[in-house]
Amino acid sequence: MQHDNTPGSNRWRRFDDWDQRPLRLDNFAVEDPENGFSAMHGAKDPAPGFRRNGHHISSMDGVAEEQFDMIDLFIARYHLDPDMIDEAMAMESADVARMLIDINVPREKLVRLAHGMTPAKLAEVVAHLNSLEIAFAYSKMRARATPGNQAHVTNAKDDPLQLAADAATAVAFGFDEIETTMRVSRNSWSNALACCVGSAVGRKGTLFQCSSEEAEELQIGMAGFTSYAETVSVYGTEGSFIDGDDTPWSKAFLAAAYASRGIKMRCTSGAAAELLMGFHEAKSLLYLEARCLCMQRAMGAQGTQNGGIDGAPLAASMPGGVRELMAENLIAVWLDLECASGNDARSSESEIRVGAKILPFLIAGSDLICSGFGSILKYDNSFNPSSFNGEEMEDYLVLQRDFEADGGLTPRGEETLLAIRKRAVEAMSAVMEELDLGHPDEDMKASVAVASGSDDTRSYLPGQVSSISADISQREITVLDAIRALHQRGFEEEAENLLFLVKLRLSGDYLQTSAIVRDGKVISAINDPNRYDGPGSGYRMSEQRRAEIANIRGVLDQREVLRTEATYESAEAGRVTYRNMGKAKKGSDTREVVVGLSPAFGTRLFRTLAGHSLSQVLGEIRTGIEQAGAIARFVRFGHTADTSFLGLSAARLAGSGVGIGLQAKGTAVIHQRDRLPHNNLELFSNAPITSLQHYCSLGRNAALYASSQDVEPVVVPTRGEALGARFHGRVALIYAIETGLTRDGAEPEELAIELTGAAS
Amino acid sequence: MSDRKLELDDYPLAETRPGEVRGARGLSLDDITLDAVMAGDVSMEDLRITSKALKQQAEIAQAAGRRALAANFLRAAELTGVPQEVIMATYELLRPGRATDKQVMMDAAHRLKSEFGAERMARFVEEAAYVYDRRGLFKTRY
Repeated sequence: MQHDNTPGSNRWRRFDDWDQRPLRLDNFAVEDPENGFSAMHGAKDPAPGFRRNGHHISSMDGVAEEQFDMIDLFIARYHLDPDMIDEAMAMESADVARMLIDINVPREKLVRLAHGMTPAKLAEVVAHLNSLEIAFAYSKMRARATPGNQAHVTNAKDDPLQLAADAATAVAFGFDEIETTMRVSRNSWSNALACCVGSAVGRKGTLFQCSSEEAEELQIGMAGFTSYAETVSVYGTEGSFIDGDDTPWSKAFLAAAYASRGIKMRCTSGAAAELLMGFHEAKSLLYLEARCLCMQRAMGAQGTQNGGIDGAPLAASMPGGVRELMAENLIAVWLDLECASGNDARSSESEIRVGAKILPFLIAGSDLICSGFGSILKYDNSFNPSSFNGEEMEDYLVLQRDFEADGGLTPRGEETLLAIRKRAVEAMSAVMEELDLGHPDEDMKASVAVASGSDDTRSYLPGQVSSISADISQREITVLDAIRALHQRGFEEEAENLLFLVKLRLSGDYLQTSAIVRDGKVISAINDPNRYDGPGSGYRMSEQRRAEIANIRGVLDQREVLRTEATYESAEAGRVTYRNMGKAKKGSDTREVVVGLSPAFGTRLFRTLAGHSLSQVLGEIRTGIEQAGAIARFVRFGHTADTSFLGLSAARLAGSGVGIGLQAKGTAVIHQRDRLPHNNLELFSNAPITSLQHYCSLGRNAALYASSQDVEPVVVPTRGEALGARFHGRVALIYAIETGLTRDGAEPEELAIELTGAAS
Repeated sequence: MSDRKLELDDYPLAETRPGEVRGARGLSLDDITLDAVMAGDVSMEDLRITSKALKQQAEIAQAAGRRALAANFLRAAELTGVPQEVIMATYELLRPGRATDKQVMMDAAHRLKSEFGAERMARFVEEAAYVYDRRGLFKTRY
């Protein structure tokens, strides 16, 4: 940034720079265990312990049975395995922590031990692990081998056409589950129908949920629009549980109710929910979350969404808060629960913090890496922005490619996605017309198909959606009506896909732990179990999957580079001629500066990385040399393409002993005959930002060195661009063309260069 | 079908025994086709899971060492026959402060058992009544 340069400032101005970084928008809080601000060491966290009479637990984690609250009662009754508790609780926590990262200790053994551990014991064990160990243990302990991902599909207008298009888009990217919610809660039925129809476009088996009020969510599931539920929230203290309007028994009843209707269900919990709700009991995030997770397993939920959900930003404000989020995910999978591992609500304005947070999960894998990747733009996310959103989709795809890690998604091309969006909009319009819910016109449809977000659409508004939603609910429209409407209007494949989805209910196969649908088949912890016992084991990508992940858009290859260069060739032919005058000899004129050109200069390559034509560059250098009173000679070398050696070879042919080395990509050097190869006079290494004026100055300085005058070196100013990232892919390809033309012992060629001046 | 307990190899049921997987009115997976849907021969009832399927999934969960999950499937198996409005009413009653005394919940539990044969779930609701009483949840919240 530009600084106020008035003298007398008493602040190091770097702090002004830091103040402007997005990071400084984040809240950071001091550790304050008395007030609930502690990741892993709460003021009132109990020591692990238990007493029992036979199968009856009479004390747990320092609380006698008479003082048990609802949560203690539920955990003691339904979580603690009486056959395991003596053995598990007697083990040293540090020893168990070592077992978690020991490739020789099987997952099954550790799961059995976890079922005999109290919440305080589980928390104490994982607190022994550092972040790397937690990620490793997570990778070993998670239930299903193949990683997956979940998307949010919402928009700021609750527009059903856009929901359908965005649901289909998310399916195309490979999300295994999609989740919607509403801006206006009464629009739930419309959102559910729209995402349901959209999710049937292109591929079958993507599971869908509509996050809504508990009772209504179950009704929407009964109508067949949704196939799973996730927002069955539990809390780690009794006070927050009651404020959440539920109890362990009501939530366990709901878990059974979902299963009784053949609908997949997981619970939700996460660090700092209790702190946000004002009932933290001076206990740490980790201990309270351990209680939540024991309770979820006790209820018989197959899985959990955890890792700091709405509370993630608050957890991240504390020292060790992000490590704690990883630790609670580890407890979830250690307990043998499916884990949709957070990475959901955006916990920082810093892109570096967001990227750092996702990495352990990306490389460890997870049942659902994000429990809500915003597949739509941030402003369209009705849950609040996610860690990753529509804006950052390609960043995530590239991270998969960088680390060769399967993050569950697959890059898709422009034409594919546009076709899918159009199809989804047409399918949804057909359903709306057939069911007399609305009659979208061509302009509405067209605006939605190409819209990046709801700012771009001319479609339904929330108020209009409310009446559509009421209609669906009151007329008791079901998924069968949607299937019939699709079929009626020729959307055969979509009708089949939706029917496939509702038929999953009959077997209940997808009710088992960590179930998703891949290639039309249910895979879960039962038939795709994660078994890791060291390198080569566990989940490994197939060659085909690796190729899918690598296939991002806009990649370079040598053919493409040469094709681009060829387009400049004819224009350049009209501006310059290079005439070979035979073998170049050492000159004797002390005013002479030799410019040594690389093998492909003007023969295969015609532009510098900054986009200057090579004829212009030659003209500028010659002008600079001549204006300073020297003479320019041009030589092409064939024995090397390296700038330093080009420069030194040129210097040794020059009567003045000063030469310029110049590569076709624009990198240049001023050299002198007595110097070591890489100890030059001036180097112009940043070709992409080197201007024509700089080349003129380069020629002038070479001439000044030749006449032994004082020289002010030319500095090509950089503003910190990552030139390596921007250009090195192309540079390496171009340079390979240069080196491919070199021959050992090739003689230097004297060139007569005629600039015809057409464009310089 | 034999009476042996199902094992991990029996999973997924839709692939290992597609002919046996049926909806609440007896239609099999093969019966539920797009043509049947278009002909009006398929209702939402046909897309309801049966208590048998849930009991089979409970056996598979048990074989995988997931005792708590299996117990949930068995409670769910009992609820397959319970109408939606009873499910919703029971859930509502279990939320904090909805019941103002223990007896209302004991009555709901009794109904689950006597009308729908949901014995496990009835015991579960009775247990909740006992816990709510002990933790003072029988008070008006709004």
